[in-house]
Amino acid sequence: MTMFDIISLVIGVLLIVIAFLAINSKKLIKAVLFLSALSMLSVVAFVLMKAPDVAITEAVIGSGLVTSLFVFTLLSVRRGESK
Amino acid sequence: MIQYVAIILFVLGLYGLLVNRNVIKMVISLNIMEIGLNLFIISIGFVYDGIAPIITSSAGTGALIYVDPLPQALVLTAIVIGVGTTALALAIAKSIHVKHNTFDLNEVEETV
Amino acid sequence: MKNLLALFGSLLLALGIILALSNNTLFPSFGEADLSDRVSDEYLTQDEIDALGSANIVTSIVVGYRGFDTLGEVTVLFISSLGVALLLGSSAKQKRLELNFKPNFMLRVGSRALFGFILLTGIYIILHGHLTPGGGFPGGTMIASSILLLYLADDQFRAKIKSFKILEGVSGSLYVIVGLLGLLLATYFMQNFLPVGTVGDLLSAGVIPIIYILIGLKVGSEISGIIDNFLTEEEAK
Repeated sequence: MTMFDIISLVIGVLLIVIAFLAINSKKLIKAVLFLSALSMLSVVAFVLMKAPDVAITEAVIGSGLVTSLFVFTLLSVRRGESK
Repeated sequence: MIQYVAIILFVLGLYGLLVNRNVIKMVISLNIMEIGLNLFIISIGFVYDGIAPIITSSAGTGALIYVDPLPQALVLTAIVIGVGTTALALAIAKSIHVKHNTFDLNEVEETV
Repeated sequence: MKNLLALFGSLLLALGIILALSNNTLFPSFGEADLSDRVSDEYLTQDEIDALGSANIVTSIVVGYRGFDTLGEVTVLFISSLGVALLLGSSAKQKRLELNFKPNFMLRVGSRALFGFILLTGIYIILHGHLTPGGGFPGGTMIASSILLLYLADDQFRAKIKSFKILEGVSGSLYVIVGLLGLLLATYFMQNFLPVGTVGDLLSAGVIPIIYILIGLKVGSEISGIIDNFLTEEEAK
């Protein structure tokens, strides 16, 4: 088991767990924050597969832009609870 | 290993799209599907002991093994298009809430 | 009942994909890709790299060999920005959204110092798109992130959206005009018509840095327009 295999195993398990938590959470703001964490973990996976262009693009877009768009949508309504 | 994770992420996103009835949760599931898909496409071009496709020295490309640069160019386009789709979907969700005062699609009555 | 059916269907789909792709002669296993029978073998030879002049091969694919697909992507971004402006904008006078929290004086002034650094990083990433990883798309998004910082830290800030819209339209049109210039001065649409220097210089790779500057400006102003549309509402009469 090289270093590459160990890191990819840890990142893979974390990705699946956080995606499952993002789909099944009750509050909407928690789901949005889990999506942001998922984006950041996928940046680590992109760097592991030797793709620096894609990693920079996903890091800037996933952290700054998509999360803030979700938060602005949730802020401008008064109740955002899911069923 | 990463290819199995990418396929499982894609199918998890599809399951979330089918089960949830809240519009914001559906957009989140769509984003999870896109992340899984991008991971899978880049994993097609990966070569063990390859280096990133950037020329750093003037030694020529004779003895170096590069990873495949073509899937990376395609995924670059796909990520930016995903941002455009998410922005438009969230604008539609906001308009739904302004008109019907809820995010749940079961409570929205259709007037056809 | 519907949940169980969805779960069963998704598991079946995952199993089907994994079974179809394993032990397949057409799909190589992870990491064993043989590059000599793929089309990328043509992009990685030394003659092609010297002919196009860019050190970043992904950039030379995105702007050089597949430049028409990038034109389509810029069109898709334009359509989504148009849709957001149609849904959320209005011709009445607009003011900032009223929220419950008010940032204090230190945040409002201190963020203007950070704004310069983020803008500078974005411009650096755009200008060195043909030498280091990055390019027009992450650089333009970083410029929009600096505007987002100003929107978050100040309660009454609104950027000059009219000049952003003019900038977006002008840079999009200039991209097509550069392509048409390639048609006029050389053989086909979007061909490189400026001299290609040596690989690794800042002023190399012909028309590629110019296209990336135009793409960066267009993406940055577009996303700033989207953020402004999300954070404003109509002025109550």
